[in-house]
Amino acid sequence: MSDRYKSFERLSTPLVVKLALGFVVVFVLFALFGQLLSPHEFRATSLFDRLKPPIGFGGTWTYPLGTDGRGRDLLVRLALGAQITLIVAIVGTLVGAVLGSLLGIIAAAKRGPLEALIIGAVDVQASLPIIVVALFVLAVFNSSFTLFLLLVGLNGWEVYARLMRGAVLSAKEHGYVMAIRALGASSFRIYFRHIFPNVLNIVLVQFTINLPLTVLLETALSFLGLGVQPPLTSLGQIMSEGRDRLLTAWWLTLFPGLIIFFLALSISIIGDWVRDRLDPTLRSEK
Amino acid sequence: MTGFILSKLLRAFITLLLTVSLVFIFIRFSGDPAAAMAPPDAPQEVIDQYAEKLGLDKPLWVQYTNYLGQIFRGDFGHSVDSGRSSVSLFLDRLPATLYLGGFSLLIALTVGISLGTVAALNRGNFLDRGVMAFSVFAFAMPNFLFGLAVILIGALGFQTYLGGQGASISWVGVLPPALTLGLASTGSYARFSRSSLLETINKPFLLAAEARGISRTRRLIFHAMPNAAIPLVTLIGLSLGGLIAGSVVTEQVFAWPGVGQLLVRSVATRDIATVQFIVLAIAGTMVVANLLVDFLYLIIDPRIRVQ
Amino acid sequence: MKNTNAAILELSNVGIGLPLGADRQWAVRDVSLTILPQQTLCLVGESGSGKSVIAQAIMGILPSALPLKEGKIKLLGKDIPKQRSPNFNLLRSVKMGMVFQDAVASLNPIKKVGHQLEEILLVHGVSRKERKSRVLKMLSAVLLPNPESAYRSYPHEMSGGQAQRIVIAGALLLNPSLLIADEPTTALDVTTQAEILELITKLKIEFNTSVLFITHDFGVVSEVGDQIAVMKDGKILEQGSVKNVLKNPQNEYTRSLLKAANLDTSKKKLKETEEILKADNISLTYKKGFFFNQTKFKAVQKVSLSLTAGSTLAVVGESGSGKSSLAKCLLRLEKTNSGKIYYRGKDITDLKGAHLKNFRSKVQVVLQDPFGALDPRFKIIDAIAEGPIIHGSSWNEANSRAIEMLSLVGLTPQSAERYPQEFSGGQRQRICIARALIMRPEVLIADEAVSALDVSIQVKILDLFEDLQKRLGFAMIFITHDLHVAAAISDSVIVMKDGRVVESGQTSSVFMNPQAKYTKMLISSAPGYQGGEVL
Repeated sequence: MSDRYKSFERLSTPLVVKLALGFVVVFVLFALFGQLLSPHEFRATSLFDRLKPPIGFGGTWTYPLGTDGRGRDLLVRLALGAQITLIVAIVGTLVGAVLGSLLGIIAAAKRGPLEALIIGAVDVQASLPIIVVALFVLAVFNSSFTLFLLLVGLNGWEVYARLMRGAVLSAKEHGYVMAIRALGASSFRIYFRHIFPNVLNIVLVQFTINLPLTVLLETALSFLGLGVQPPLTSLGQIMSEGRDRLLTAWWLTLFPGLIIFFLALSISIIGDWVRDRLDPTLRSEK
Repeated sequence: MTGFILSKLLRAFITLLLTVSLVFIFIRFSGDPAAAMAPPDAPQEVIDQYAEKLGLDKPLWVQYTNYLGQIFRGDFGHSVDSGRSSVSLFLDRLPATLYLGGFSLLIALTVGISLGTVAALNRGNFLDRGVMAFSVFAFAMPNFLFGLAVILIGALGFQTYLGGQGASISWVGVLPPALTLGLASTGSYARFSRSSLLETINKPFLLAAEARGISRTRRLIFHAMPNAAIPLVTLIGLSLGGLIAGSVVTEQVFAWPGVGQLLVRSVATRDIATVQFIVLAIAGTMVVANLLVDFLYLIIDPRIRVQ
Repeated sequence: MKNTNAAILELSNVGIGLPLGADRQWAVRDVSLTILPQQTLCLVGESGSGKSVIAQAIMGILPSALPLKEGKIKLLGKDIPKQRSPNFNLLRSVKMGMVFQDAVASLNPIKKVGHQLEEILLVHGVSRKERKSRVLKMLSAVLLPNPESAYRSYPHEMSGGQAQRIVIAGALLLNPSLLIADEPTTALDVTTQAEILELITKLKIEFNTSVLFITHDFGVVSEVGDQIAVMKDGKILEQGSVKNVLKNPQNEYTRSLLKAANLDTSKKKLKETEEILKADNISLTYKKGFFFNQTKFKAVQKVSLSLTAGSTLAVVGESGSGKSSLAKCLLRLEKTNSGKIYYRGKDITDLKGAHLKNFRSKVQVVLQDPFGALDPRFKIIDAIAEGPIIHGSSWNEANSRAIEMLSLVGLTPQSAERYPQEFSGGQRQRICIARALIMRPEVLIADEAVSALDVSIQVKILDLFEDLQKRLGFAMIFITHDLHVAAAISDSVIVMKDGRVVESGQTSSVFMNPQAKYTKMLISSAPGYQGGEVL
């Protein structure tokens, strides 16, 4: 009963969320235009300039963030890496969202054997962590960027499917669906104009949870050396190169690592905030 | 209730069957399955023998049933570089992974649930916010970054190299990788136990218990926490997948001689037989774990028994 | 020597505040009540009147958001603390017991019932041996058919009525002086309700307890109350003995509430018109789950009914009787497993496609839950206009018809562009009625259309139904569990139980002279029934 009297929440945006938004904007700008910041080309190697430290630790302004084992400028490689990570993350998450949601909606709309098949597929996916599936597929087939993109995209599709199926099933039980059916509306109209817009919220919420996970999956696979292949690079890939020189060239690990961390963190914070605004009754009780 | 048990078992069986079938399809449509399954440096005649044994010339469904038969007999092929059977390779490395996983789970559960409880009981103040902030950080932190940072700190701060080859499987040696692996789970257990406890505290039966004269401590320990713990069981079951996924990367970072490291190495060397077995073993483990969680519910939640 | 006339409970000018942003400043203001020994005071009011807040204040479990700002509450002469205090906890449970509306929800779902009741004694230092016997004694005192079995059961295994008995047992275990019951029977079936009310009356005498009974139902008041206080918006409008207030209500609001509680069948007579809708032995069985988990549920079993043009048929039954499923069958939202349905003589049981769509425009529905019946993303004008648009009207045409409908149901055209969330329950129900009637149906099915509304609003909506029926001439099937509503609105009635029709006929004859055993039980269990005349 006391819920009725809960005081209204402050409607202003908290500082943390603003910072997170800021970071994401900066990251995107860096990904898109970062390569312009450096006169070097991301592939340009230089035998004499290998493993140079960054500014402030003995380095020079020629290579502000230092160089890697082949003398390539870290700054420009980070920019390219950021771009690749961004593309993979967004495209990947979209693929998973669209595919999973569609399957979930179909399962709920057409009950019966088709639904059973989709549930079966969801069950299989649920018992295999996506990284294991990705490793398996990459072992069996020849690795290519498209394949990698697809695999990373599959991250979490089964969650979308389950959520959407549940949401559509419960939406079908809603009073207004029954009343509008009684008006004579076709199934298509009911799904398209009534059920779908109301479950869209759920997709959006899941998207915000899923995006940082996709970023982390891509970087992990690249770190293991099985993701993005040279000459392309990603943030995780740079870190895998730095792994063996952890003590001698720590900047190769720290800078890409911090970018990944803050990116995932910012997206999570923004996601939490979006969730709270969309439906205060949903999750995080503040 | 038997209906419940039977339907869960059936579902588990179907899931495993589908997984095996999927693995079969992928391998069949990859490069040269025979060469993949045969021992290394095998002469062409042996590869041809394998091809015949695998029945690559026969229709697909025959190949499928042969495959199932093989699996049933425990023949998962041989590793490309060592020549040993993939099963024995796996079993060699299993203890290390179990040790690491078990420790991580232990850390995550004790730390996570304690933090979550503290947060729920101190709702709104800085302790609560601190725990929430921690869980967000833990969620976003890439485990390989954290692991590398741990190694770095160990090297620079304590002059100990924690990521060396053949890290000792001792309870001191397991601490750095266990902390790394358990970090993400700790965050999610903290967050979940906090929200579960908060939700339970606001339930009508706790208000009614207060009206009946039950003290706050008693209400918390005997009424709130047991009820809040129930959904936590599902979460733990679900997080098993994350633990397995995390160990793949963590073992790599710390050169921990477990199944995860084996998997990565096998993928890199295209050792299909071993990869295949590990994938199936993981699927099997998760399906069984989910079954156990479902059956555990029968014991701890009397409401399920009626269904 | 105890002064036998000393008040058990005394509230003097109590005022409890609300937090900022609520719709008013005070939850309750200037409330004074007295309960004497062995007396039952009924606190009557609709939702938002503040009656539950009073109960919480007396128990000392007010949430911190609602401060006790003014006045005093005295129990047995001693003040009750203004805020929750752990010391008071133990003391309070000896002097007062509380019973809530949802009995199953007020018990710990994972502990056995006996264990939970014993706990009450445990915290007061009662020994183990004594605990079990006292609990069992209490369980038989509340007339549970099998106390031993109840002792070993879990809350969810109990029916609503049984669970409520258990909660009452728990409240009376320590022999308190005051029992506070907050809508304890509202969620129960009519028959169970009657049993629980009887039980409370019996226990009151047995345990020498006073009762503060919170309810919105005057029938209940006339059953159990000695004194009554009527509340609205946090203030007490009228107080006095039940006899006086019910016979001679002074306050306008009290009078309007009483009117709604009447079971007045005098206005209704059956019209002689053509048969418009007929159901012939229809059955509907639901199947759930797959493989080993499948269950069958017979929702509707061989039901037949007949509806004539312009008349109103009430379908009466308790929850689970199949009335809503019957509605779905008649609306062709579910396919019957057997039997036939006729509309104006034509067999519509297997209609499909365009014919089905055509049928839809003739038979419409208004549902129970006004908060789920409207798509939250659709402006109400669009919601109302949707029907004609589906059937081919142009947007302009549909829109103007919709605005017309709005005034017809008593809403202003200005409200057209608003969203459902901005309206109250009663207003949303009007919107649903507009949405249904814009189709100019010949049959309107109302499935518990007023059950979720406050009593005073119910009256208004029922009047609206009658008014619209006179103007537009449609026939109505009114599904309800509330006998008062059925009596007020219908010409003929069918009574359902477990999917079957138990009795049917003209409303006045069925209610005055019920034939079937179940119907007799239903009518006599209606709170306030006093031999042939309900209130």
